[in-house]
Amino acid sequence: MMSRSLTRRSFMAAAAALAVSVAGAPAPAPAADFSGQTIEWIIPYGTGGGSDVWARFVAPYLTKYLPGNPTVVVQNVPGGGSITGTNQFAQRARPDGLTILGTSGSTQFPYLLGDPRVQYEYRDWEVVLASPTGGVVYTNPEFGIESAADMAKLRDHELIYASQGATSLDLVPLLAFKVMELNFRPVFGFEGRGPGRLAFERGETNIDYQTSSAYLSNVVPLVEEGKAVPLFSWGALDAEGNVVRDPTFPDLPSFPEAYEMMAGEPPSGIWYDAWLAFFTSGFAAQKMVFLPQGTPDDIVEAYRQAFTQMAQDPEFQAEGKEVLGDYVQGTGDMAERMLDLAINVPDEARQEVIDWLKTEYNAEL
Amino acid sequence: MADIYWSALQSLLTLDHLLYLGVGVVLGLMVGIFPGLGGIAGLSLLIPFLYGMDPVSALAMLIGLVAVIPTSDTFTSVLMGIPGSSASQATILDGFPLAKKGEAARALSAAFSASLVGGLIGAAILTGFVLAARPIILAFGSAELFMLAVLGLSMVGVLSGSSLAKGLSACALGLVVGSIGAAPATGEIRMVFGIYYLYDGVPLVVVGLGIFAFPEIIDLLRQERSIAQGAKLGAGWLAGLKDMLRNWAIWLRCSALGTLVGAIPGLGGSVVDWIAYGHVVQTSRDKSNYGSGDIRGVIAPESANNAKEGGGLMPTLLFGIPGSGSMAIFLGGMVLLGIQPGPSMVSTNLDLTYTIIWSLALANVLGAGLCLALAQPIAKLTTIRFTLLAPFMIMVISFAAFQATRELYDLVFLFLVGLLGVFLKRFGWPRPAFLIGFVLAGQAETYLYQAVQFYGWSFFSRTGVMIIIAITLVSVWLGSRSRVGEQGVVRAAPAGAAAAEEKPILPRRPQAVFAALMLALSVYALVGAWQKSFLGGIFPLLAAAAAFIFSALLLGAILFGRQGNSAHYDQEHQEPFRELGTAGLWLNIAWFAGLLVASALVGFVLALVGFFIAFLRIRAEVSWPRTIALTAAGVGLMLLLGYFLVLDFPRGLLQDIVRLPWPLR
Repeated sequence: MMSRSLTRRSFMAAAAALAVSVAGAPAPAPAADFSGQTIEWIIPYGTGGGSDVWARFVAPYLTKYLPGNPTVVVQNVPGGGSITGTNQFAQRARPDGLTILGTSGSTQFPYLLGDPRVQYEYRDWEVVLASPTGGVVYTNPEFGIESAADMAKLRDHELIYASQGATSLDLVPLLAFKVMELNFRPVFGFEGRGPGRLAFERGETNIDYQTSSAYLSNVVPLVEEGKAVPLFSWGALDAEGNVVRDPTFPDLPSFPEAYEMMAGEPPSGIWYDAWLAFFTSGFAAQKMVFLPQGTPDDIVEAYRQAFTQMAQDPEFQAEGKEVLGDYVQGTGDMAERMLDLAINVPDEARQEVIDWLKTEYNAEL
Repeated sequence: MADIYWSALQSLLTLDHLLYLGVGVVLGLMVGIFPGLGGIAGLSLLIPFLYGMDPVSALAMLIGLVAVIPTSDTFTSVLMGIPGSSASQATILDGFPLAKKGEAARALSAAFSASLVGGLIGAAILTGFVLAARPIILAFGSAELFMLAVLGLSMVGVLSGSSLAKGLSACALGLVVGSIGAAPATGEIRMVFGIYYLYDGVPLVVVGLGIFAFPEIIDLLRQERSIAQGAKLGAGWLAGLKDMLRNWAIWLRCSALGTLVGAIPGLGGSVVDWIAYGHVVQTSRDKSNYGSGDIRGVIAPESANNAKEGGGLMPTLLFGIPGSGSMAIFLGGMVLLGIQPGPSMVSTNLDLTYTIIWSLALANVLGAGLCLALAQPIAKLTTIRFTLLAPFMIMVISFAAFQATRELYDLVFLFLVGLLGVFLKRFGWPRPAFLIGFVLAGQAETYLYQAVQFYGWSFFSRTGVMIIIAITLVSVWLGSRSRVGEQGVVRAAPAGAAAAEEKPILPRRPQAVFAALMLALSVYALVGAWQKSFLGGIFPLLAAAAAFIFSALLLGAILFGRQGNSAHYDQEHQEPFRELGTAGLWLNIAWFAGLLVASALVGFVLALVGFFIAFLRIRAEVSWPRTIALTAAGVGLMLLLGYFLVLDFPRGLLQDIVRLPWPLR
């Protein structure tokens, strides 16, 4: 087990070590065997949503690569914005590898923001997979902006953004707009990014973002018709923990790049630290798979190897592109590093965000 | 275009694809009969088979499942007064009284044939409009959606029974209860009493079951009868078919209405049945039978709720935004098949879109056909002695309720809302009005706030808004011509004055106590809302103020009104309850409370075993062998469902202390 209090610098050293270990001898076969057993995969979200689809897509590969080819069933425990099901997992799951948990960004955020309902602790668990996703911010062509290079012009306008709520995943765009010092006003109460996109198409809002797959299928046609202008993607994390261009959108600058194009210097400061932390836990490591506290090493190892093999499976790569987007799955030690970045928000930045949410948006936590 | 349309049908009409469509329909039928299950359960059964299937077969199977649910959920609505899903709540109002008259088969076959034509009309409209629907869907912004919510609320008039004060109080109360939980504008938490369960609000499934099914079960138990009066069956399924054909103008209008409501994302499938019901009552000349078994009250919501699936496919396919709950699940299935909904569905993937439409039409025919065949035999359930049926029904509504969040709190709130339902029913507070308020509270608040944010108050001058205002005014005017109620009493002259002569002098205290309690609740809500920020508190503040004013007026009418005022209605003084005595009411509620307490102690499954045995032995006075057989049947059914759907049942204290194997864990 590696230390969980990594800094960004030791992260780079560890990444280098990983590169060596991957190139070296294959890991020994784990002793765990799941023959004839059923694994219950708890998804604290409803059927048919993003996390559910992700789990149901991944589940057959888990069956394929876990020793003994166990049956994997997805168990939806919706409620409390995923807090209910995650609390249940924290209280009840036995460390035998037969119950696993899939979380999402909206499981991470209440934990980071100190929601009183949260009774789970990420540091207790073993992370075995971290699936990234991305998003693209776009705006209305009437501002005369053609790319992120002209973004300074945006400051002359009031930007209206359709949001699900200040403490939802929308915290990431709100923090991004704040870092860019834009004049923005969120309108809350939208039930998802889909209705938000509709509000943009109606002209009710003038800035919006969509996650990768929704952007490709529903916003690219708008861009082609001249009804939307893409500005930047959130970006993706490389093996060293730096924000780089999103591999799905290689032609779009990442958020830090776009900031630099606009402001002339790379982003820094407490608000950017906050953005980076919430971006990581909301997008770069959005969906993670956990085993309960105290799970024996051989079982943890079996899961890690299964997910590593899955990520290399050509069928997974081909089909996964359609369903999960074109991203590198965080497996093995990489998953641990992504988790580490996702839950270690600098205390000062965290407090600043909580105070800001309280004073600006009356958000109770 | 047309060649793609017909080739889509051709590719669907192969044995393989039809077989998968059939699998979807049969499965949808089986899970759809169970209240609260519906598409969500069906999908989790189908998903493992989606891998490696060709898209046409898979889509046919998914659509087969989704399309049949608004048809099969009618069974429990009509036969038992249990809403099969939130889209068939309004069907209960006239469907269940028909079953009580022994005309269950007639009501069912009218409902199924109306579902059939509704589904087909929905598919036909979808075919015609799918290429042109984008601008229509985009025309409904937050302002228009808010006005549509107001239009829905204006239906309260026709659903208010003989006392408008009670109707308005019930509706305002529904708005207050509907605003429990996080405020859409700020995320502030309102009226949760420190219970985390309430942060998301009380689930609609739980409210529907508590308000409608719970009081019916209690009252039937007290009467010691079968559901069908005298255990006799009257008019059969042919009569229902004729009813449907005769009322063609109703299903034609309601199907179009249902398709439109389904196509507007954000309005949701749970209001479509109420809008159709309200519409048919408003536009009927003779309203005297509504609420006591008018077949038109079955045909209207059933044609609309099947048609809404056709409408709901438009935003689902064109924008990737589900128009209803089952569409959300269908969307998940599409993504798993690697099909991303969006503009491509009417260009490069047009063949898939037409496959979906054809599947929808075929599934409706197949589903309605199967249901029609089942109507006559299943209607016999209503002739069984109710004390034998009751434990099954209590089991089913408990099971349905905890599909909402799978916590014990689902049962707790089923009981609490059920108690409220019992008293609303007893004192003649119209339950549909409460439900309309509850369902529309969230939408009215969210869309009003958004509309003001986007357009300022000038949103009222938008063309779409003005059109809906005009429709609302016409609808209120139509409804007020001669109002009719849940009890089916035409209001003649000032409320209840004419009836005063025949009514005996009634004690007023129980009504007064209940109205005072509701008044106190509204004061509590007022104080709570006052402490929130402006955006987080203004809506519950207004709702609570309305509840305060109306229930204060009502309390005044109860205390000082003339004898025979409709405010004094108390079911306990009506036939057949007058002779039964109020003690039976509490005794039967106690049985339910017993199940709840036992579940909290030993978990749901063990509690259910004990409940069945105790109820059948003591309450129904059944022999031991039959008790054991019925208990095994009931609990076995529950375990079978739990096994196939990968469910855990609510846990009790016992499960926190000892680790037990499934299904007891």
